[in-house]
Amino acid sequence: MAAFFQQVVSGLASGGIYAALALALVLIHRATGVINFAQGEMAMFTTYIAWTLTANHGWSYWPAFAATLVFAFALGVGIQRVIIRPIERGPILTTVIITIGLILVFNGLAGWIWSAEVRAFPSPFPNDTWNVGGVAISVQDVGTIAIVLVLVALLWAFFQFTKVGLALRASALNPDASRLVGVRVGWMLAIGWGLAALLGAVAGMLTAPTIFLDPNMMQAILIYSFAAAVLGGIDSPFGAVAGGMILGVGLNLIGAYVDFVGADLRLPVALLIILVVLLVRPAGLFGKAITRRV
Amino acid sequence: MRRRELIGVGVFVLAVAAVMLLPRAISDFRAQQLAYVGIYFIALLGLNVLTGFTGQISLGHGAFMLIGGYTTAILISDQGLKIGSHVFSSDMKDIWTIPIAGLVAGIVGFLFGFPALRLTGLYLALATFAVAVAAPAIVKKYELFTGGGGGVNLFGLPGLTGAVEGVEIFGHRLSFNEWLYYLSWTIALVLFAVAWAILRGRIGRSFRAVRDSELAAASSGVNLARYKTLAFGISAFYAGVAGSLLAIATTFVNPDTFPITLSIFLLVGVVVGGLGSLWPLVVGAVFIQFLPLWAQEISKSPGAPAVVYGVVLILVMLALPMGAAGLVRRIVSLTTRGYHRVR
Repeated sequence: MAAFFQQVVSGLASGGIYAALALALVLIHRATGVINFAQGEMAMFTTYIAWTLTANHGWSYWPAFAATLVFAFALGVGIQRVIIRPIERGPILTTVIITIGLILVFNGLAGWIWSAEVRAFPSPFPNDTWNVGGVAISVQDVGTIAIVLVLVALLWAFFQFTKVGLALRASALNPDASRLVGVRVGWMLAIGWGLAALLGAVAGMLTAPTIFLDPNMMQAILIYSFAAAVLGGIDSPFGAVAGGMILGVGLNLIGAYVDFVGADLRLPVALLIILVVLLVRPAGLFGKAITRRV
Repeated sequence: MRRRELIGVGVFVLAVAAVMLLPRAISDFRAQQLAYVGIYFIALLGLNVLTGFTGQISLGHGAFMLIGGYTTAILISDQGLKIGSHVFSSDMKDIWTIPIAGLVAGIVGFLFGFPALRLTGLYLALATFAVAVAAPAIVKKYELFTGGGGGVNLFGLPGLTGAVEGVEIFGHRLSFNEWLYYLSWTIALVLFAVAWAILRGRIGRSFRAVRDSELAAASSGVNLARYKTLAFGISAFYAGVAGSLLAIATTFVNPDTFPITLSIFLLVGVVVGGLGSLWPLVVGAVFIQFLPLWAQEISKSPGAPAVVYGVVLILVMLALPMGAAGLVRRIVSLTTRGYHRVR
């Protein structure tokens, strides 16, 4: 039984990482109806910024963490303003292809600047375990879960209690009406991209200590986050977090207890989840079904 | 046939002649590179049937190529697969595996078309993307069949034509690379003609109707399910043939022969050639094959080609959404307009 709880806790930790990235996807999808396929690569790229600050410039962890968040936010805003805005009203295919282009750019840039070598990434938490009633819980896992929960709470408070948060919600809900009452919708969308990039950076920095830093590290995580977002309902922030946690724990338990799946077939299982949810219940567990007027 | 189509057929015949004579003028190494261009051309034709003509996004065509490539590899190499007491083994000649590879991939694509019916736009992109990422993991799992991460080596096997001492056809000696060139371009030209014939008639019209408005197409009596699954099937058939040729050309397959980047590069090729075009896809295929080499001139770093691909993809999408085909059309319309004015 102890082993079971250990699996659950480490599942919650990886689930937290999926949740952060899934939340980033949901944020952009809610505001603009676009899925940012480059979300994972942007997260990877910003994680490299944190790495280079700590490893090459001698920063300590938390200042580098904070600086990376600022950089990620600016990156997200910049991309929305320069590349996404001109094609906002174009067909979906155009947007998808552009974000695919961004995947290539960031993946290539990371390899170009920092080489494709696999690197160790520092963790802010000690490499210890706590013993809680016979269950060994790693501090790293608890720390990861804590950071994600704090982040989600801050984000919720931002959307709920600040004027900018209100304007962001308004422009996602009804851009035209928001524009009429003086909300600068274009900039709100850019802020949405910035926040998404920031969430991605957190996901990247929390992932890197365990799976090591390399230009392809976020590809599988991105698929898990897609699965989490789809599972929770691609328009529901709460669903993204819940979906991430469910997926993290579920995949961990399946990997540990279903021999056939093991560690190798976790990615196909995530794919299966995406397909089944999209086919059976496209709105996900917590999303609202869309009724389309024709 | 209309006059324009007759001209088209004439140009096609000239192109066939040029393609067939070209190896006399180029080096063995160039022949190999151009063989790959032919292979990518086939895959791009298939992808464009689906994405450019029918409007269904696929970010996972590398997975269909993987199916084709592995079908060929498994049929050529003697795997000695044991199921129960029966030992399956095969050492088929490579060229006979190509249509089988196409059919296997085509059937899988056709079947994938059914769940895909319920997915539109973004969600289809997402699902196909996940397929492409997950496919190598599945290949690694079924080691018995696929050789796992190590892959299947074809070099030197009796089923592989001409890899060791070249090929003799009609009294001509061809090196392995020249043989690859002729093989891939013969198939490419045949499949090009087939695609053209399919797309000019009733089926092509239905595809385009589905792309432009599903609602309007359905109300005009186009059976959406039939044509979408058909587009998936045809498209995957082309990808399977291309994957099969890729396996033959590299004389080796492993999961890394068909990474997610392959799927993405195919999309880049289609966009650069022009969505909804056929012959301009050659430009896209040349782009896929030669861009990494050009990018090497800019920087020796392994990341450089991807950056150049990405930047070109974004720039083309922003500035020239119809790709090379659109550029040509624009130039032609500009010059002919000038011509009319002069007259």
